[in-house]
Amino acid sequence: MTASDEIWILGIRMTKFGKHPDLDTVDLAAEAATGALADAGVTMADIGVIAAGNLMAANAGIGQQLQKQIGQTGIPVYNVANACATGATALRTAIMAVKAGEVKYGLAVGVEKLSGAGLLGAGGRKKAEADVWAPGGRYGAVAPVDGRIGTEAMPGVFAQIGTEYGHKYGGTSFELFAKISEKNHAHSTLNPLAAYQKKFTLEQIMNDVMIAYPNTRPMCSANCDGAAAAVVCNGETLKSLSLEQRRRAVKVSASVLTTDPYEDGCQVLPNVNTLTRNAAATAYEQAGVGPGELDLVELHDCFATAELVHYDNLMLCEKGGAADFFNTGATWRDGSTPVNVSGGLQSKGHPIAATGIANIWEICHHLRGEAGDRQIENAKVGLAHVIGLGSACGVHILEKSAA
Amino acid sequence: MAEQIPLVDYLVLDDGGPHLIAQECKACGARFFDRRNACAGCFATEFTTVPVATEGTVRAFTIVTFAAPGIPTPFVASVVDCDDTQVRANLINVEPDPEHVRDGMKVRLATYPMGTDSAGTEAIGFGFEPAT
Repeated sequence: MTASDEIWILGIRMTKFGKHPDLDTVDLAAEAATGALADAGVTMADIGVIAAGNLMAANAGIGQQLQKQIGQTGIPVYNVANACATGATALRTAIMAVKAGEVKYGLAVGVEKLSGAGLLGAGGRKKAEADVWAPGGRYGAVAPVDGRIGTEAMPGVFAQIGTEYGHKYGGTSFELFAKISEKNHAHSTLNPLAAYQKKFTLEQIMNDVMIAYPNTRPMCSANCDGAAAAVVCNGETLKSLSLEQRRRAVKVSASVLTTDPYEDGCQVLPNVNTLTRNAAATAYEQAGVGPGELDLVELHDCFATAELVHYDNLMLCEKGGAADFFNTGATWRDGSTPVNVSGGLQSKGHPIAATGIANIWEICHHLRGEAGDRQIENAKVGLAHVIGLGSACGVHILEKSAA
Repeated sequence: MAEQIPLVDYLVLDDGGPHLIAQECKACGARFFDRRNACAGCFATEFTTVPVATEGTVRAFTIVTFAAPGIPTPFVASVVDCDDTQVRANLINVEPDPEHVRDGMKVRLATYPMGTDSAGTEAIGFGFEPAT
């Protein structure tokens, strides 16, 4: 592999996640984008392409709105939408443009205003109860099916994904899932950019409001506002930059996006497992790194029930062994494979399109040795994972610079 | 007797006992419940309509206590394994709590009236209820 084939993150920034009543979507995107540009030591004049995502207003052209505030240079913009994998998709798009040799520097941005958004994924079909029962849609349904034929809301969908894991392999319980949430909330106390930094006891988590058994409220991802952005370039470009830029640059050893291949039942309950496993396998091969070599992992814990299955899907443990793996303490920040030391989506928060870049920011922060109180000592390799239902899965493996 | 209409077109009411039907790919056997353009597994375009077993086991479940406005709670959402065909359905005629809803429980198809429209047609919904 030559230097021009290597991809590097030159600059990256996330905003504080949480409530930002005084900032609109473009303000947040601008804060992240200008922060990433400054971190990279470049300006909008250097950027050859923007890939941007804002899922809740996916048709509004967030990329061009952002340009109008921070620099209209006439470069191409790709506005992307891929559910909760939107941020990773934006980054992947910028990477592909650099990799193709079409541009020197690419900028990826993800932003969301989601404070107080409530339940996601449900009630999409606002059909009023008709005067006469009339079949409609691909199932010929005479009434909305959410609540009548299962659930379409995210907490219940991911609850079933967790209970299905228990059905296949055993070892799961309400308490086990709650303990995963206990870990992530504890981790978040060290992250000043997390939406919530509150520690919960196991009892508090289990006795909180039940949303969809076995997920109580603190076991669900936190809707909040936030943005994240990254500047990427190739290794040839990096060679021409200062020692400081080369030292802080983070190597993208693998960048993979997958969708779910057809399997029995995947159109009945989303199968978030196979596409994650496929993405991880490709990423490990691209990077020449095994799961045992990861110093930290940020994975898509949109619900406590989801984190468990991804231990297995990312091959952090033996197949079927996720419950045992967690019970050894491996995924706590002092364990063998720290997972979600940022606090994860349950506590750091989940501003949808920002998440797939913010989790990469977290890894970069540790690889650069800049993570302060929550620094994982001597972190050299990390993995970031997101999944958006539909489905799309992004996996990036990142390595510390040798410069 | 008033006319009946099923909640979805893959619920059959008038051909023997109530049962679900699937569109089975003639080439690879993959089963789907919706109107198809082609098979997601092998891209073939010919399907046959097949009945789905009316008994099965609970493969995944959740008890939804917080839902979108207008959806009565609590309810039990699940995936039922009906002779290797996975079916999405609510579990009905069972207490919606973790003491009564268990992974792997045996269940069977059941129907219930959803209400009658202005033309006198009654809609019929379905779920799965404990088989024992």
